[in-house]
Amino acid sequence: MERLIYRRLRLQIIGLTLVVAITPLVLLGGAIYNQFERAHEARIEDQMRLLANSQSSVVDVFLRERTNLLGILVERHSFDEMSRQEFLERLFETLNRRSDMLGLVDLGVIDASGLHVSYVGPFNLKGFNYEQQPWFSEVMAKGKYVSDVYMGFRLFPHIIIAVRGRTGEHQWILRATIDLEMLNQMVRTAQAGRMGDAFIVNQNGVYQTQPRFDGQILEGSGMDPKRFSQGVTTVSKDSSGRVTYYYAGSWLKSKNWLLVIRQRTDDEVGGLVHTRNTAVTIVALGVLAIVITTVFIAHIVVRHLAAVQKELDAMSAQLVQADKMAALGKMATGIAHEINNPLAVIGEKAGWMKDLLEEEEFRQSPNAEEYFSAVAKIEEHVERARKITHNMLGFARRMEPRLDDVEINRVVDQTIELLANHARTNNINIHKRYHPSLPVIASDHAKLQQVMLNLINNAIDAIGSNGNIEVATALEDNRILVSVKDDGPGIPKEYQRNIFDPFFTTKANGRGTGLGLSISYSIIEKLGGTITFESEPGKGTIFRVNLPVVLPEKK
Amino acid sequence: MPTYSVLVVDDEIDFMETLVNRLTRRKMEARGVPSGEAALALLNERTFDVILLDIKMPGAMDGMETLREIRQRHPLAQVILLTGHASLETSMEGMRLGAFDYLLKPVKFEDLLEKIGAALGKSQPVLP
Ligand SMILES: Nc1ncnc2c1ncn2[C@@H]1O[C@H](COP(=O)(O)OP(=O)(O)O)[C@@H](O)[C@H]1O
Ligand SMILES: [Mg+2]
Repeated sequence: MERLIYRRLRLQIIGLTLVVAITPLVLLGGAIYNQFERAHEARIEDQMRLLANSQSSVVDVFLRERTNLLGILVERHSFDEMSRQEFLERLFETLNRRSDMLGLVDLGVIDASGLHVSYVGPFNLKGFNYEQQPWFSEVMAKGKYVSDVYMGFRLFPHIIIAVRGRTGEHQWILRATIDLEMLNQMVRTAQAGRMGDAFIVNQNGVYQTQPRFDGQILEGSGMDPKRFSQGVTTVSKDSSGRVTYYYAGSWLKSKNWLLVIRQRTDDEVGGLVHTRNTAVTIVALGVLAIVITTVFIAHIVVRHLAAVQKELDAMSAQLVQADKMAALGKMATGIAHEINNPLAVIGEKAGWMKDLLEEEEFRQSPNAEEYFSAVAKIEEHVERARKITHNMLGFARRMEPRLDDVEINRVVDQTIELLANHARTNNINIHKRYHPSLPVIASDHAKLQQVMLNLINNAIDAIGSNGNIEVATALEDNRILVSVKDDGPGIPKEYQRNIFDPFFTTKANGRGTGLGLSISYSIIEKLGGTITFESEPGKGTIFRVNLPVVLPEKK
Repeated sequence: MPTYSVLVVDDEIDFMETLVNRLTRRKMEARGVPSGEAALALLNERTFDVILLDIKMPGAMDGMETLREIRQRHPLAQVILLTGHASLETSMEGMRLGAFDYLLKPVKFEDLLEKIGAALGKSQPVLP
């Protein structure tokens, strides 16, 4: 019952403390992680946007520079010059020599009718007619043109830049092929991390450069470029399944191409995963520490409480016992006093009768013997009653113990000697087990002997005949322990709370006064000790007297 | 053999008379009175070697009062307190007031005789 209360109390303490302590910890952990995640996301997006922006500018500048170069060439040179094969070859050679990173694969001049009139480059394209090509009319109309990647006559992906020249009334076109690999490399520098990708798609989402992962140039990328608004760099997130893709797209200024930076979260966010693991670990460790501490503290608190409660219980039990003793003591004293006077009268009258019986005339009486023995009986019983009342007064009296130098082993020895005969006739063995070097203490020899006499007498009475008594002395924690153990029938559970009460006896009429233990109790209490017992019905009983070691004053 | 005089002061008449009889039978000059006042009155006329005094008695003079008076007027008389009402306080008080000893009723007659003898040994022998 009691244990249940304590267990519940402990669980309550643990539960409450855990909730109060862990909830804010977990919330805090979650909040910090969340904050961190968002900051992290924002940083990634910023970085990607920046990258997309700058990379699209780079490509932009690249294309614009090439276009401008062609523009200058058509301004500076006439169609006649440019349509001359040797001139074009020299020009191409000069350009490539002066600027090795120009990335022009070939150069060609096309006249107004669409005929390729001169050409330098690795493909033999001279003589082809481009009039039907869609770009041809666009150049003629707008003056310059940068193509998407396409296959064309050479059946190989490439990009061309074409500008229109005008010599007098004659319009013509200077066209160059851009080294696709150079563009590829330029874009590739923006492929960040292990999983980062960078590529260009045209307005229909077709790859213009080689993406790093699945996909080929000129294939559809599957993404919709219109998601990315014109002129701004946008970041969009695409979560499919476990991985999240961030896309940052930036439209080129001079061409309707979209430069896309793609990042897989589980890669770039590796740092974040690490952070999350750290956070979870810290929170988990915190929780563990809290749990351990809480359980530990609850354990200590409850144990302490239980101990205090037990102490209190013992104290109040002792108080109740002391109260009971005091009240009963008062009553006993009153009764003893009232009985003493009539007893004294009876005693004296009997004595007087005995005196008279000594006279000759009575001695001659045939019943003299009878009278004698009757009077003797009266005296004997007065004596018995006297012992009882005097015992009662002795018990009730606030006797100040006389302090002698007491050797406990000797007290016990003497007591056993007194009872040795009695024990032997009942075939009871008394075993001694003494501590060899008990200190001499200041205590009351006579009173202690009275206590021992009571205890050993009780043991003998309990056994009746045939049995063993062990009397032991010991020294423990600076206290002297004397125990009297018998293998008698034990004390029935229902009597155990009463045996220290005055007049409580289970012994047949006249055999017991019921005062032995109550007197022993108050004697030992006065001497600063305690007296306790343990009894198992059927097995036996042990009484323990525990006395303080009070050293005698030096004389 | 000298005779000693003993006064028994006790309101329990049966006890007082019987004790007087028994002491007389043992060759003592014993007298009994039932109260402190009576004891003091008697003591005005003569003195006793030993006085057995009950403590709790009805009347104006209880045992302690009587003891005080006796000790003042007859410092040589030995007083043995003999009472059914014992407490540490009264016994201490009695001893302090100069009682020779203190006995609790009922007392074994032999013990009483022994105490009287002891008291006599302490007191001046009575005139023959
Ligand atoms: N060693 C013992 N074994 C069994 N019962 C005991 C023992 N000691 C005491 N008791 C019980 O306690 C009662 C009270 O003992 P006590 O106060 O000494 O009075 P008494 O011995 O006069 O009966 C005994 O009557 C007996 O029932
Ligand atoms: Mg007993």
